[in-house]
Amino acid sequence: MMLSALFFYLFAGVCVASAFMVIAVKNPVHAVLFLILAFFNAAGLFVLLGAEFLAMILVVVYVGAVMVLFLFVVMMLDVDFAELRAGFLKYLPVGATVGILLLVELIFILGAWATAPDIASQSPSPPASQMSNTAALGQILYTRYVYLFEAAGLILLVAMIGAIVLTLHHKEGVRRQSVARQVARTREMAVEVVEVETGRGLT
Amino acid sequence: MTISLSHYLTVAAILFTLGIFGIFLNRKNVIVILMSVELMLLAVNLNLVAFSSFHRDLVGQVFALIVLTVAAAEAAIGLALVVVTFRNRGTIDVAEIDLLKG
Repeated sequence: MMLSALFFYLFAGVCVASAFMVIAVKNPVHAVLFLILAFFNAAGLFVLLGAEFLAMILVVVYVGAVMVLFLFVVMMLDVDFAELRAGFLKYLPVGATVGILLLVELIFILGAWATAPDIASQSPSPPASQMSNTAALGQILYTRYVYLFEAAGLILLVAMIGAIVLTLHHKEGVRRQSVARQVARTREMAVEVVEVETGRGLT
Repeated sequence: MTISLSHYLTVAAILFTLGIFGIFLNRKNVIVILMSVELMLLAVNLNLVAFSSFHRDLVGQVFALIVLTVAAAEAAIGLALVVVTFRNRGTIDVAEIDLLKG
């Protein structure tokens, strides 16, 4: 129990600190790297909560795919990031005001909420001794929430097609291979036999 | 020194606030705004998983999975839009993206 509390404070502290660095650091590449650190520590918090499958998904899908995509885009775009930070201090007071107001509101909510008394009795999840988190999640996801699952797949498909349609463009003046024309080529189209008279040459 | 639900909710609240704060601070750079949105979605996921774990109800984790999916799709589309905007306008400054004169 002591050890899990220690790890909670470790993960939570590093997560919050790296989240702060994401918004405060100058170089966007460093910001992405700090975001990766924050996601890793959030995955640690998920493991502490017993949600192992979501923790692994967070590491594999989020850190492995989405954050690397961020990293690629940040590195590929030739942007003057110093110029984009010009209004940083100008926006600090209003940002701090809104942020602190929101934090105070959230903490007030934390002090005031209460759980409905009958919520524990209608629990559909099996205890951890019977079934692992992944198996339990799969059992509920592929039965009761299968339509939701398929809708998620559809969303990903639409996002994939949308990203391809947005970024694909054919440059003018680039010679492309046309397989059909290559295959349909005959000897007459390719070779011309010319009778050359001696001493005259070709004009 | 046991860790209760409100500990996790506090961490999530701080993360969410940092996300909002990041949007206000870096309101010129689209990429940092996208990263702040990712932070806020992470905070929401942390809330969902914490409630799911402390109330022994797996539905919260199912919902967190869906939120992760939508966040991944949003990041992909958003970054594609950033690339297209940079290709067409040569900048990713939010203030300069005013083609619709809004």
